[in-house]
Amino acid sequence: MTPQRAQIAALWIVCLAVACIVVARARYITDLSAFLPAKPTAAQQLLVDQLRDGPASRLILIAIDGADPGARTQASSAIAGRLRGDSRFSSVNNGEPVTAERDRQFLFEHRYLLSDRITAARFSATGLRAAIQDTIDDLASPAGLLLKSLLPQDPTGEMMHIIDQLERTPAPAASGGVWVSPDGARALIVAQTAAGGSDIDAQADAIRAVRAAFAAAPRESSAADARPLQLTLSGPGVFAVAARAKIERAAVRLSIAGSLLVVTLLFAVYRSLPALALGLLPVVSGAIVGIAAVALGFGAVHGITLGFGITLIGESVDYSIYFFVQSRRSPQGPAPALSWQQAWWPTIRLGALTSVCGFASLLPSGFPGLAQLGAYSISGLVAAALVTRYVLPALLPSGFAIRDVAPLGVRVAAVLRPFRRLSGRKVAALSVAVALTALAILHRHGATLWNRELSALSPISIEDQNTDARLRGDLGAADVRNLVVVAGATLDDALAGAERAAQALSPLIDAQVIGGFDSPANYLPSAGMQAARRGSLPDPTTLRDNLRQATTGLELDATRLQPFLSDVEAARRAPPVTARDLEGTSLRAGFEALVLHQKDRWNALLPLHPAVGKAIDIAQVAVALQAARVPEARALDLERESDDLYAGYLSEAIHFSLAGTLSIIVLLSIALRSPLRVVKVVAPLALAVLTVAAGLAFCAVQLTILHLVGMLLIVAVGSNYALFFDREAQVHEAGGESLTLASLVIANLSTVMGFGLLSFSQVPVLVALGTTVAPGAFLALLFAAVLSRADPSTPATSRA
Amino acid sequence: MRQPRMHRCALGLLLLSWVCAAAPMGDLDEVMRLLAMRRHGRVEFVEQHFLAVLRRPIESSGELLYDAPDHLEKRTLLPHPENLVLDGGALTVERGGRRRVLDLHRYPQIQPFVESIRATLAGDRGALERVYRLEFAGSLPRWSLTLEPLDRELAKVVQQVRIDGSRDELLRVEIRQPDGDRSLMTLRTPAAQ
Repeated sequence: MTPQRAQIAALWIVCLAVACIVVARARYITDLSAFLPAKPTAAQQLLVDQLRDGPASRLILIAIDGADPGARTQASSAIAGRLRGDSRFSSVNNGEPVTAERDRQFLFEHRYLLSDRITAARFSATGLRAAIQDTIDDLASPAGLLLKSLLPQDPTGEMMHIIDQLERTPAPAASGGVWVSPDGARALIVAQTAAGGSDIDAQADAIRAVRAAFAAAPRESSAADARPLQLTLSGPGVFAVAARAKIERAAVRLSIAGSLLVVTLLFAVYRSLPALALGLLPVVSGAIVGIAAVALGFGAVHGITLGFGITLIGESVDYSIYFFVQSRRSPQGPAPALSWQQAWWPTIRLGALTSVCGFASLLPSGFPGLAQLGAYSISGLVAAALVTRYVLPALLPSGFAIRDVAPLGVRVAAVLRPFRRLSGRKVAALSVAVALTALAILHRHGATLWNRELSALSPISIEDQNTDARLRGDLGAADVRNLVVVAGATLDDALAGAERAAQALSPLIDAQVIGGFDSPANYLPSAGMQAARRGSLPDPTTLRDNLRQATTGLELDATRLQPFLSDVEAARRAPPVTARDLEGTSLRAGFEALVLHQKDRWNALLPLHPAVGKAIDIAQVAVALQAARVPEARALDLERESDDLYAGYLSEAIHFSLAGTLSIIVLLSIALRSPLRVVKVVAPLALAVLTVAAGLAFCAVQLTILHLVGMLLIVAVGSNYALFFDREAQVHEAGGESLTLASLVIANLSTVMGFGLLSFSQVPVLVALGTTVAPGAFLALLFAAVLSRADPSTPATSRA
Repeated sequence: MRQPRMHRCALGLLLLSWVCAAAPMGDLDEVMRLLAMRRHGRVEFVEQHFLAVLRRPIESSGELLYDAPDHLEKRTLLPHPENLVLDGGALTVERGGRRRVLDLHRYPQIQPFVESIRATLAGDRGALERVYRLEFAGSLPRWSLTLEPLDRELAKVVQQVRIDGSRDELLRVEIRQPDGDRSLMTLRTPAAQ
């Protein structure tokens, strides 16, 4: 090795070592923040908070099937009992009354601060009379059994009212004291994890806890031949965990399978282990540098960057193929006038720059996952190209040569000959025809061409989505899709806002716009509201007088209501209720689920429940809030907001890609200095992208953001093909054509195999990449081969 | 409409099964069987609650509707219109335009109490015996069924339910509470339909 070569190798090893250290120390995040905007607007921030840590994100729906009802009830009790004692869950509900005594005590003690009926009018003589008459009527109903003992203390029936206030949600069906599906076939439990839904490790941990509780649950069944008990889990966290596992599995399995295929192909071509090892250097270096660059640039690396990144720099495998095949000198023949670096490198360099322009269009995306993929591809490709240019020649043993693949090129040329003999006019006409057909198909799909729903990216199978919908249906109201979020600088501000919002929302219940709503202020009213309610309680003398007047002629004797008088007086003197008072009750979990604390502000969440048989029109809710002048309250439809967010990413990505295309054309114009050559390089790529898009649309596939990334990849990979054909048309050298063709066919084969494999994955995003890139790369090669060699005698293709 | 007409063959089978099992069963089973055969019922009621806390009993009246096996409706007309619907595990109370749904499973004290009437109407002896000790007196034309809670918690709320009836008709339901309070419901089949 010459000193200069040794220096290059040493420099490369140092760079790689530094990159490895960065990779090893990088922070990797697997939560869904890859899909959430990096710089959200205020409205997006609400959505992001909800998706990451909101109550909806923390739900685990648990269903127990099989055996007989008795066994299911027993299992439900056992599982719920065990999970209630587990700090990983903030609340577990299966319909059983628990902590009931402590809850009742809290509600009863603070009833005059909690009830929203407490006003001065209610404690006037007429108000009291109406309230007491109501309570007496209640005594005659079955609930009267409970009320009777409370009557002397609570003749106005505030306790029942508070319970109503908290239980506005229709409860699921119940049997044997636990929740069941309406047909009674499943026992149901709703658990809420303590950790946010975006903490996938914590979610996985919680799921394991549920499975362990199920495994430990008793399973005696009266029927000997009954099906064994079965556990079904669903919910955002369950999905997130499953999706991560699925993507990890698919990415690992497919990467291994793909690598094996490519390595086998390369070995078949090179017939040399050192060549194989050297040939993988660019792609390995690129991958490491890519991750290091993302870690340095973004502070943390997203899971999807690791998962998909390597597929994006598959082009770098091509570099070493080009290098080995094109730099091969036949031992007998004369040494070429130019070295590989002089003859071929400029073309590869231009190809790499074209790819960089394409991937650069991902960089400004508001979708952090996409921006990272852009950064990874750019740095990875540049690193791989540099390693190919400088390091590979330095490491190459002297006299090293791979097997002669020129015969392959000769055979390919023979196959292509009929196409390449077509006249320039015919080729142009054919190209226009292909383009027009593709455009016609794309135009016909028009509005439905792109899938603008976030669920398009979801790796969750339709079957699992159906299970989830069924369980949510069984539970009735557990779906927190629509909610009103009230922001405040302090918890008390947020609660006061929630009270104002509640006033605006109440009329909507009567109007059947919504069926009901929850509010944290039902558990803990704001300080102002508490003061107002306390202030409306009359002093003992006034109350006594009012009560005497109120009960005249009623069945209830005022003398029996002494406990009421003392309770009201106690309430007048009691300190305000605070969040601390909720400790030890199940109400605390209910309260905390409805309050979200961010760095500098508090959010009160008011989940809306649909009216029976009617979906919520969130716009109507927004109008009501606006009319009531509650500006700090915002109505949110989580599903629609997520879709809007994704649709925003998508149209942004489409625009950036168009800008990227434009920059590629500018780059090529500068480099090639000939409009005709630019057209000949760009046309095959455009045709390949159009044809693939039209093909997908024709097969009723709706395009997603990953298809768009796939199209960028077609341009990245295909630009090399087109540029080599362009070079071939410019330079005439002995055996050059067959070497070019051979290297391109091998490179193309490795790309088609690698991405073709992705098409068989179960993960939609991988399928999107595979079904776009595999056919696209092949078509790009075919179109480039045909378009570059249209008969020079026809005017349409005369050289510039 | 007292008894639905039955297919001769089915009646034969039923009689056979009844005769075969007749020996250990008393009139209680016969009453239960008659009640179970009755799929619908509509009666008028007058109910009085005698509560120590009140100066005088509260009296209400209206009608009671029953659809087998688990739909029970109590429509109070006087003194205040009120509708009480028991369907499966949910108790819906409608009064003065206000509607409230109680999930009975959340009120373990109320459920067995409500169940006593519903299970009797359904002729479901098994359901009754799960919660109460049964005592039967009288004969088919005039019987009396006394229910006493097995569960000690329940016994704190309900001391005894006594149901008087004739054949498949309920005439009187009296519920006694341990504190001496009681309610008495008198039932009457409307004269003309």
